[in-house]
Amino acid sequence: MAEEVILLDFWPSPFGMRVRIALAEKGVKYEYREEDLRNKSPLLLQMNPVHKKIPVLIHNGKPICESLIAVQYVDEVWKDKSPFLPSDPYQRAQARFWADFIDKKIYDIGRKIWTTKGDEQEAAKKEFIEALKLLEGELGNKPYFGGESMGYVDVALIPFYSWFYAYETCGNFSIEPECPVLIAWAKRCLQKESVSESVPDPEKVYEFVLVLKKKFGIE
Amino acid sequence: MHNSKMAEELKLLGAWASPFSHRIELALKLKGIQYQYIEEDLSNKSPLLLQSNPVHKKIPVLIHNGKPIAESLVILEYIDETWKNNPLLPENPYDRAIARFWGKFVDEKILQIALKFKLAKEKEKEQIIQELGEQLQFLEKELEGKEFFGGESIGYVDVVAYFIVNWLQVHQEVRQIVFISEEKFPVLCKWMGKLHEIDVVNGCLPPKDKHYAYIRAQIEAAKSAIK
Repeated sequence: MAEEVILLDFWPSPFGMRVRIALAEKGVKYEYREEDLRNKSPLLLQMNPVHKKIPVLIHNGKPICESLIAVQYVDEVWKDKSPFLPSDPYQRAQARFWADFIDKKIYDIGRKIWTTKGDEQEAAKKEFIEALKLLEGELGNKPYFGGESMGYVDVALIPFYSWFYAYETCGNFSIEPECPVLIAWAKRCLQKESVSESVPDPEKVYEFVLVLKKKFGIE
Repeated sequence: MHNSKMAEELKLLGAWASPFSHRIELALKLKGIQYQYIEEDLSNKSPLLLQSNPVHKKIPVLIHNGKPIAESLVILEYIDETWKNNPLLPENPYDRAIARFWGKFVDEKILQIALKFKLAKEKEKEQIIQELGEQLQFLEKELEGKEFFGGESIGYVDVVAYFIVNWLQVHQEVRQIVFISEEKFPVLCKWMGKLHEIDVVNGCLPPKDKHYAYIRAQIEAAKSAIK
């Protein structure tokens, strides 16, 4: 059956990266469409009328919105290869819990690091490192959060690694000394083509952040 | 019935006024699962709660055979996958994605805006009510033509949304402000009416008088805080 898979995305979006990685892990051929978020396409507005956000995965004309929901959908549809979620319900619940934790913490705290200064920025940096340390605890001495191979939590988290350089430079701090195990994990993930082909160069992300800072008048 | 053997091994740490706690109770009751309910005093959290949810220290927490699961939406999926009778989520992956989307929508949009109202200054309240109305319209539209969000029977989105919409209705009565009128939201109001008539559902609501008194006390406390 001819499958039509389209991904409406925006290159620096960590949420978009999650879906790119998921599709690549499953070996799914898809059409990547770059959205200009200042001038959203009619297709995007039609496919995600509620939030008008990317990523939107469109499978045979039907849209799936919200990155983690799309990743689960990809896992369930292309179930014969590289499962992201374990089969045991308790382990699945743990994976979902940590992916939810990442959603609640990493993006918003990371954003505070590059949009604030002074005490507010210091507090954000501290909170960010604390969140990463909790994740390190969850990783333990496993090669991946998913165990021997990349899983749901790995896919949820690794895109943010491409933003670490931007956070570090804007916040004038270094993550690796605080979270060496997590950085080692990130580099391990980047050895995989499904990841390296799906995430942008951290330098480019940093340049993008500088453009945003200028646009929002953040010094 | 095999479900009753699980009674000693299934605990729910909850709070009587929490819609998140009620969601889990409803899911368990819909599946006929026996469990031990433990009321948490959120101003004095138990060692069991702190140990079971060290990351967020929040209820609800479901403890199954000693193993804790936290976050209400995560717990709902766990329950659905462990006890497969009366499924909450549809079987088809696309329909599951849609159900998950609306579950997330209720928590991120409806609930978050409703919480903003609680903390808002008088002049901001009008705008928040309008924002809430806009988001509720999406939910209204999604429900159109269906008995329940789950179709013919109560499903995941019904369980997630009912207690949040009930929260709006209760606050509406106590505060004498209209959040969700029958005029603007006939489909949602009819759906709520239907669910209010179902014993297993309304049985999960907190006692009305106690709940109203609690909300009035909260409003008074907020007023004193502003003074």
